[in-house]
Amino acid sequence: MYQCTVHRLAEQALLFSVAPPARLEVQRRIWAMAERAADWRGMVDVVPGMNNLMVVFDATADVPAIERDLKHAWASGEARNATGKVIEIPVRYGGEYGPDLADVARHTKLSVQEAVRRHAAAEYVVYFLGFQPGFAYLGGMDPALATPRRCEPRVAVPSGAIAIGGEQTGIYPAVLPGGWQLIGHTDTQLFVADRDPPSLFAPGDTVRFVVAEFVA
Amino acid sequence: MIEILRPGAQSSVQDLGRTGFRRFGVGRSGAADSLALEAGNRLLGNEPGAAAIEFTLGRATLRFHADMRVALTGAECGGNLDGTPVWSWYAFNVRKDQLLTLPVARGGTRTYLCASGGIDVPLVMNSRSTDLQSGFGGFEGRALREGDRLPVGRTGIDGKCEPLGILAPAWSLPFGQSDDIRAIRVLPGPEYDDFEPASQAAFWQSAWTLSPQSNRMGLRLQGRALARRPERSADLLSHGVVPGVLQVPPSGQPIVLMSDAQTTGGYPKIGVVIGADLWRLAQTPPGDSVRFVQVTLDEAAAAQATLDHYLRQIDQALHWQGDGMMIAARRRTRTCSVV
Repeated sequence: MYQCTVHRLAEQALLFSVAPPARLEVQRRIWAMAERAADWRGMVDVVPGMNNLMVVFDATADVPAIERDLKHAWASGEARNATGKVIEIPVRYGGEYGPDLADVARHTKLSVQEAVRRHAAAEYVVYFLGFQPGFAYLGGMDPALATPRRCEPRVAVPSGAIAIGGEQTGIYPAVLPGGWQLIGHTDTQLFVADRDPPSLFAPGDTVRFVVAEFVA
Repeated sequence: MIEILRPGAQSSVQDLGRTGFRRFGVGRSGAADSLALEAGNRLLGNEPGAAAIEFTLGRATLRFHADMRVALTGAECGGNLDGTPVWSWYAFNVRKDQLLTLPVARGGTRTYLCASGGIDVPLVMNSRSTDLQSGFGGFEGRALREGDRLPVGRTGIDGKCEPLGILAPAWSLPFGQSDDIRAIRVLPGPEYDDFEPASQAAFWQSAWTLSPQSNRMGLRLQGRALARRPERSADLLSHGVVPGVLQVPPSGQPIVLMSDAQTTGGYPKIGVVIGADLWRLAQTPPGDSVRFVQVTLDEAAAAQATLDHYLRQIDQALHWQGDGMMIAARRRTRTCSVV
């Protein structure tokens, strides 16, 4: 049994959460709930998180009804499969593109070649987007690649940087401060404000990293 | 066109913010003091959410390149138009080539210049707000610089339009002014019960000082460190957040999320500032203190209704002015104080 809660996050926001740990099967149900909730009256934003769903609504919304509907939607057990959309991200690994690749190899006791091979061999799932426009929280990284964040975060990580932070991997969609270990770079634009939709990724998409270049 | 001669600490084009794109990680942005933005637009008969220029701490100068009607709202800056004093919460006409100077913000931090028809920058994801973190929307996706020229929706002056002023919300919507510390109403948040009883008490009873590190993303508060009970200190999974949410990072010093906050967060949430008081917080100068007052959802709704009433009265004032019903008031003060 999953332990679920609905909290009033703000006057016009509710947060539905499933207790940790994060699991793909929970996330599939969250995606299904998000799809349903988008049609409810007064909805402004429906935002999946990790094992949770935030809904933001306007003054026309019937809040007790939303709370009830969130619980019903979860209880229905409906799950949505991955979208079927597979996005390949060409990556230049190592060298100037991935200045921390050697540190990752050292920490994981893998060779740089093996670290890159494992990173590019996995299939990743977009759990949800957040933190920054177009930033995807990806599940599916080989646990052997887990590397702690850098002691000194960088003031400016370049846009398109592929990085590892703890047990997660991700792509910086814009120039941002960041503490993750940079292992490569892609020219693919993850977020373009005047594109429709603006974000390359959506929850439930599948992502593969393809080795475009490897600088040992 | 409005030309920026001096932008001050940070100026940007903002409207009521961007909604509907949070699932892609796109935050709200928008005016930090949305009440001031709406009031200014209503004084001009604009759509309440038309885009305006948000100035931070004054020290700004502008030149108008056409006759137009504008409204100043938010923090009073002791401004002048070619040497003639102008005030906040006031709509007035300006002539081509006139200079508006906003020396220093007093008793607040953010001043808004609304223009008839709004600041006419392109819509990006249904909003004209500048996303300063990600660099899109507003004017070229960035803070305003010297020499920028902003198009306005409507130039020219209707000869009948006299100046029109309203009482500032600090006077019209007073709350907790029995002491010197600004009182901000808060609903307990999802993790409120996880905090130590002593921390819960300290949250309501102590004064919180606004750190100079505060910005449009978040206001950092300094005071007694707040701690969760050891058995309820587990890490939270990343989840959606909205402006107003009071997060408590491991330092124990709360952060109130503001307009430019990220879409997701993971720190425990001790409370959320009610929508009707976010403007009070947005106008609190760094170094000043606030205290938090616990309210219920019903009390929050009542506060919002009072604020909505204040805004609707501006529309009424504009209507009366159009009917020539406020001449007496105008003769006495040049300004019709109606709210």
